[in-house]
Amino acid sequence: MEIKELLQKIKSISKKEINIMEFCGTHTHEIFRYGIRQILPENVHLLSGPGCPVCVTAEEDIDYIIALSEEYNLGIITFGDLVNVPGSLGSLNHLRAKGKEIKVIYSPLEALNIAKENPNKKYLLVGIGFETTAPNLAYTLIKAKEENIKNLYFLSLHKLTPPAMKAILDMGEIKLDGIIGPGHVSTIIGRTGWKEVFEAYRIPFVIMGFKPEEIIRGIYHLIKIIEEGEPKLLNTYEKSVKEEGNKYALETMYKIFKKGPANWRGLGVIENSGLLLKEEFEEFDVRKIYPLKIEKKPEKNNFCRCGEVLRGVLKPTDCPLFGKACTPENPKGPCMVSSEGTCSAYYLYGGE
Amino acid sequence: MEDMILLSHGSGGESTRKLIEEEILKYFGNELLNELYDSSIFETSGRLALTTDSFVISPIFFNGGDIGKLSIYGTINDLSVMGAKPLYLSVGFIIEEGLTLREFREILKSMKLASEECGVKIITGDTKVVEKGKGDKIFINTSGLGIIEEGMDWRGREIKEQDVVIINGGIGEHGLCIMLQRLGIKTDAEVKSDLAPLNSLTLPLLKISSGIKFMRDPTRGGVAGVLNEIAQKYNVEIEVNEESLPIKSWVKSASEILGIDPLYSANEGKVVIIADKKEEEKIMNFLKAHPLGKDAKVIGEVKGKGRRVYLRTRIGTRRILDPLKRDLLPRIC
Repeated sequence: MEIKELLQKIKSISKKEINIMEFCGTHTHEIFRYGIRQILPENVHLLSGPGCPVCVTAEEDIDYIIALSEEYNLGIITFGDLVNVPGSLGSLNHLRAKGKEIKVIYSPLEALNIAKENPNKKYLLVGIGFETTAPNLAYTLIKAKEENIKNLYFLSLHKLTPPAMKAILDMGEIKLDGIIGPGHVSTIIGRTGWKEVFEAYRIPFVIMGFKPEEIIRGIYHLIKIIEEGEPKLLNTYEKSVKEEGNKYALETMYKIFKKGPANWRGLGVIENSGLLLKEEFEEFDVRKIYPLKIEKKPEKNNFCRCGEVLRGVLKPTDCPLFGKACTPENPKGPCMVSSEGTCSAYYLYGGE
Repeated sequence: MEDMILLSHGSGGESTRKLIEEEILKYFGNELLNELYDSSIFETSGRLALTTDSFVISPIFFNGGDIGKLSIYGTINDLSVMGAKPLYLSVGFIIEEGLTLREFREILKSMKLASEECGVKIITGDTKVVEKGKGDKIFINTSGLGIIEEGMDWRGREIKEQDVVIINGGIGEHGLCIMLQRLGIKTDAEVKSDLAPLNSLTLPLLKISSGIKFMRDPTRGGVAGVLNEIAQKYNVEIEVNEESLPIKSWVKSASEILGIDPLYSANEGKVVIIADKKEEEKIMNFLKAHPLGKDAKVIGEVKGKGRRVYLRTRIGTRRILDPLKRDLLPRIC
């Protein structure tokens, strides 16, 4: 059996005490779901990074959406887990319970139908996600413009992963020996998309898929590179990730988006890490049309340590709220909200 | 304009009478219901089981069934897993004005056929109509009364180490089917709810095996939910074997796309059984020969004292299988 063989090989070559970080939330989820940490040698430590889009959503952004709904009566259209993320005054779920319109969709194109079917109402489509989802949202806005839809606005919470990775490496809080490269994001940006970060920091970097055997095979390659001492940027997810990524998706994305600052929970504002609407699409840009000023609230949740968890500095189990005041039913921080969040993965699949 | 249910149909006056006599009795009529007294009166003796359930599903017509059929089978199943032979049902309708008479008749017809199939009579009922926007087409409440014959009550049989966990077929089908339909995703004919009445399966099974120690239909919260309820109620640890879980291929694909684990998705024609290891073969032979049990599988076993459910993954590791902690999708039943 392939997995057993790979594990044998890993045991035989792995000598050093090493820290490996997976940046992608889907990797975190699958690693926990299959109990992969249990079967790796004790000297190999897996840390989870900030790769869950919901988890890195800033409190101020949730507060802004709530304010738009309350002050301008915009119907909110967004994706699954975002409705559970707590802002400083509650989540979108609370807003819905108060009678405000919150629609959860799976495909962004559904937003166009909602807007068309309710011409007398104004809607806000909140786009969230990394490079993987941004092209779909971009396509939706191109369609909205073509179809001349006037009652749909857009808020981009889209973020780019390489700048966040750089930010974590620059902080230098943890010593990373290797990086598990995000599979989905890489299908869009390709191996090429990581070259700049790799050249700057020279940390072994292996892009891998999400099946347990793919993860274990990827980790084997990563350990091999680390032990050999010659850093490499390797793609082991060849069936989905091309060298240059998906050019069509990237072109679509940059037709409507430009790079700009983004506010990351746990990391703060990072330049050029967000996707903002270009001038040609200003008519959809809710920040231009309803520029509400959101005060940064003094941290209400003094004990939530999501920020440190997102940076891999703190284990969820070391947070005083974990499993007590903060559970998936009643999350205090976003890392407990999304199933891809590190706290949620620890809680749902973790040890006794 | 198409005939529809109006507020006046719930007013208690002439239109209400007409709705009951000309529509509802036409489908449900029997000697007890036809009398139209305020209560239905009958005689019975023995150990009785009573259960109630409300159905608020959207959409009301779905692949593999409709709210009417669901409201009958759902209550039949709650009786059936307890070893009770279903006798009588009550039916309460809360209708949002504007439901077309055509849709209402289709629901009534479906309920009539479902109750006949299960050998139960609808002997009392109620109909209310609410303003547009105060409901969603139709909500149905049903209560069921059943009788438990000698030897059929499995309560009190001790669950212990090595007992086996059995399911009568593919998991997660109802919940994922409803979710796909709600999202407007076009699907193949194979994508349908597993909705089915379990009385023809559980009652003969209890007759042939005294080794059955627990039965529950895993509706909301799915199989993972029921197993956690068992672990906590009886203080036992349960281990589920991922590789033995019966999951249809469309369920697998849908669960990957939607990010929903089939173990947490609702079922409407399944029963989770805890049974004595010694009876495993007899029970499995019975299930395999039954139309609702041909895909039955032993999916796990009781590991001794504890309160948790674990999953043995296909790569051999073990992890906690927690009860559902968040709402997947409201109003699936």
